[in-house]
Amino acid sequence: MNMQTTSRLTAAEAALIEAFNNQFGKLPGDGAVTATRDRLLDDIKKSGLPTRRVEAWHYTDLKNLLRAIPAVAGDAASKTVKPLVEGSSVLSIVQGHVDAKASVGGLEISSYAQSLLDGSAATSLGALGADDAVGRINGSFVRDGYVIDIPAETELEQPLEIDIVHAGGQIHTRLPVTFGAGVKGTVIERHLSVTADAALVSHVSDITIGDGSELTWIILQQQGGDDTHLGQIRIDLGADAKLKLFVINAGGKLVRQELHIKATGEGSDLTLRGINLLGGETHTDVTMVLGHNVPNTGSTEIIRNVVFDRAKGVFQGMIRVAPDAQKTDAKMACNTLLMSDDAEFSVKPELEIFADDVQCGHGATVADIDSNHLYYLMARGIPENKARAMLVNAFVAEIVEELEDEALVDALEGIISAWLEKHA
Amino acid sequence: MLEIRNLHARIAEDGTEIIRGLNLTVKAGEIAAIMGPNGSGKSTLSYILSGREDYEVTEGDILYNGESILELDAAERASKGIFLAFQYPVEIPGVATMQFLKVAMNEQRKARGEEELKTPDFMRLVKDAAAKLQINPDMLKRPLNVGFSGGEKKRAEILQMALLQPQLCVLDETDSGLDIDALKIVADGVNALRSPDRAVIVITHYQRLLDYIVPDTVHVLYKGKVIKSGDKTLAHELEANGYADIIGAAA
Repeated sequence: MNMQTTSRLTAAEAALIEAFNNQFGKLPGDGAVTATRDRLLDDIKKSGLPTRRVEAWHYTDLKNLLRAIPAVAGDAASKTVKPLVEGSSVLSIVQGHVDAKASVGGLEISSYAQSLLDGSAATSLGALGADDAVGRINGSFVRDGYVIDIPAETELEQPLEIDIVHAGGQIHTRLPVTFGAGVKGTVIERHLSVTADAALVSHVSDITIGDGSELTWIILQQQGGDDTHLGQIRIDLGADAKLKLFVINAGGKLVRQELHIKATGEGSDLTLRGINLLGGETHTDVTMVLGHNVPNTGSTEIIRNVVFDRAKGVFQGMIRVAPDAQKTDAKMACNTLLMSDDAEFSVKPELEIFADDVQCGHGATVADIDSNHLYYLMARGIPENKARAMLVNAFVAEIVEELEDEALVDALEGIISAWLEKHA
Repeated sequence: MLEIRNLHARIAEDGTEIIRGLNLTVKAGEIAAIMGPNGSGKSTLSYILSGREDYEVTEGDILYNGESILELDAAERASKGIFLAFQYPVEIPGVATMQFLKVAMNEQRKARGEEELKTPDFMRLVKDAAAKLQINPDMLKRPLNVGFSGGEKKRAEILQMALLQPQLCVLDETDSGLDIDALKIVADGVNALRSPDRAVIVITHYQRLLDYIVPDTVHVLYKGKVIKSGDKTLAHELEANGYADIIGAAA
């Protein structure tokens, strides 16, 4: 259609295509998978990476922001990390590869590479739509990940922590997880860099949550200062299922974390909480598309942002209420603390409501620290800089405390305090 | 201990003058009551003493232990021993009460060149002080002042005062919103802090609190200055006759 496009490829686009060609025959997959990969890469070739003219990428012009792609990662093992909470069951994905022998009691675990090789991954490998650049990149390049099946009525006594660790390079992973009915537990999806070497990370978590499950899923992104992180989670929420989804961004140079959530079972409930800690010259985008597809579902979304230096942040929150999804109750809020004159945060709430008996609302605030709070702390002898740090911490800690699990709250507050101490 | 000389102060934002030539001396060991009708500048005086930045001193001086404190910020004044028990303590979600108490106590100790408290010692101090004020330990597990009733907030202020052991305590309408039992507990807490090297300024509308915290001196504030001073009988007079006579006499 557009004959000119190839000649206008950016360096990063050209490098992606070259990386794909260089890995010809090396990326795992049967015929169907390979055909899907080729088609996805072809889409990237044809339309390039999205620019601000693509609505979903209006505030994150990927074509211009993604300047370079690091070389394909070697398979050199990088070190594993200490789990966030002691006693967690840990599954590591190191440098894009799983440990084939990994096991956690009661769970069925296999490697995604195997699903690619036997072709069972082919149907879900595609992108979500023409603007799904994350899905395209991941689908083209993904090599491995864990496929996890959690049988009905399982109660995970300890959190399941999935550490996706790298030492730079191109890392493309996928995590399909199926929760049977009535499963209870906490999963931590943690992205972590252990070196200063730049990385291009793409990751897709593909989650199906069975009826009546009560789950907490935490995405903790701690990539390195030169890393690009393109994350996506796809969630299908069954009847009466309750999900607390926490998204914490505390790293990366260019970050896009997409949340594609469908409430497909009546009585389901989503609690989304986001924390964006932004500093330096970074760009971080959290984009949510939530579909209330059936009647009687609820959701609340609270995003808290702390922005230092020349950092830029984006939150796009789209709530779609289907025509017969009566009695939907959805509330969305986005609160930002701008800590410097050059800091930026863009908020785009969107409500698309096709049912008439629903409650949907959204609100956004941008503020400095509350001077009454600051005065109160100082009036007790706490010096101004320390009082400010306490209040910034409090602004996000309030969200973390909703997790209720004390060990997890402590661990996350530790990460947040450490980040703030480094950047404030 | 405290000497306020011809103080003039205004709201920084709009320049409204609130304090207009106020003179007041409070000696160590003294309990001074400040009374006055609404809008006379009582709360403003407490904010200015504690170093709130919303007010500007345009004339006069505040001497504390012989030194001017006008150039000190709120935190510096607090660490020198000035404490304001707020009329409306703010709720700060996300700041744990215990963490706040520990940081405040240790920052003050640091500023005075003392060693930081060890956690077990800190816990013991808080537990003892809370028990004396009949504060439920569960309250201290909550974020600072969040979800506290009016009475609980006032008790929490006195708890902070007991822990920080200030030299100059300013109580801004600590009696408002308290039932009689809570009032007695709070008054006992204040009386326990009475000592020859500590001074207390009690700002109140009502004689009631002064039945429990008996003042050595009573000062009537009107239109930003002290128009009459006396001993505790002055408070009784005000309770019986209102402010009109005194204001009339001063005019």
